[in-house]
Amino acid sequence: MEGCDHLSPVDTEDVHVLAVDDSLVDRKVIERLLRISACKGVCALSFQGQNGHFSFLCFFFFNFWIFAVTAVDSGMRALQFLGLDEEKSDAFDGLKVDLIITDYCMPGMTGYELLKKIKESSALREIPVVIMSSENVLPRIYRCLEEGAEDFIVKPVKLSDVKRLRDYMTTREVKAGISEERGGENTRMNKRKLRDTTSDLASSPPSVSSSLLSSSSSPSDSPSPSSSPSSSPSLLDSPIRRLRMTNTATTTD
Amino acid sequence: MLGLGGDRLWADMNRLLAFLFHQGVLDEQFLQLQQLQDHSSPNFVSDVLSIYFHESERLLSNLRSLLMDREFWDYKKMGIHLNQLMGSSSSIGAKRLRNVCLAFRASVDHNNRPGCLRALEMLEHEYCYLKNKLHEYIQIEQQRALAAGVRYPAQNN
Repeated sequence: MEGCDHLSPVDTEDVHVLAVDDSLVDRKVIERLLRISACKGVCALSFQGQNGHFSFLCFFFFNFWIFAVTAVDSGMRALQFLGLDEEKSDAFDGLKVDLIITDYCMPGMTGYELLKKIKESSALREIPVVIMSSENVLPRIYRCLEEGAEDFIVKPVKLSDVKRLRDYMTTREVKAGISEERGGENTRMNKRKLRDTTSDLASSPPSVSSSLLSSSSSPSDSPSPSSSPSSSPSLLDSPIRRLRMTNTATTTD
Repeated sequence: MLGLGGDRLWADMNRLLAFLFHQGVLDEQFLQLQQLQDHSSPNFVSDVLSIYFHESERLLSNLRSLLMDREFWDYKKMGIHLNQLMGSSSSIGAKRLRNVCLAFRASVDHNNRPGCLRALEMLEHEYCYLKNKLHEYIQIEQQRALAAGVRYPAQNN
């Protein structure tokens, strides 16, 4: 599909994020931020006995969040991908989307309009939508939140912003657990494993010589003024969340 | 000797970045880009920068065409292009360029023709400077990669 970048085949076990942004630069950055924030890896450690008689191989699986990212360049393509467009084009049925992150200012359909369309659809309204904008305009932020956006990220997007997105996954899990009797959610969500406690393990890899067998992207810890601590941000870290909590009455139904 | 070369290149890179930071040309978002680069994506920064150069040159060329129109100035379109340029510039940490875009946009908002013409010149000049400096950065990065490659031939698969 043109205008759509797929980096890897999507496994139903993966957390699938749909990123919508008309800027190719921003699409590349957000894709990379998402992948690097979800460290995936198999670490093989090899120990050798004193006489070299025995050696064994330990495999550690660290961190479990595997983001599959689909990036599209417009709201229209996003709707096509989600199967919401009028022509009922070939939606990728097997590729359920777990999170949508969209730019606000886009030619054609804005991120706000896209948000509205998603929340109006019975099939898709449960998908958390996050809006990004380079402008910190309060009325805009309020409007998006009122329409049902989970969060509003002011660009440029940083690793700390993306790490916060994992909170929305867990919230959905909880909702899924509660509404399981209604049989509305897909069972795939139950297979998703723990997040942050194990992600901290990943940020300090073992000091013995190790080789990462699969392509892994552990959050780098190069010293820099902007690097956020590798510990998981709390739910209330988001200023938007704090705002919503103080305003109470979050009605997402 | 090669080890010293690697260290010298590292120092060169940091000196260049410190200079650009000090000048306000770049901000900490550029460091965020660096953090996104690792062995699984070793060319991330230069890849993003290439895309940025390509996008920016297209937008600048569009802006110039819009301003060269003798009769009708499409301020709305100018605003759209500027917003796009501002967005991608802030995503790579190009702080000064982004600020020049802001000033340009103010002229657009006020339908200030001479202001727009001046702003475009400033913008093109600023872009030229940024591109040169970022190319310097990319060159040092490539040299470092080469130096590391020669130093550790056994680890190159």
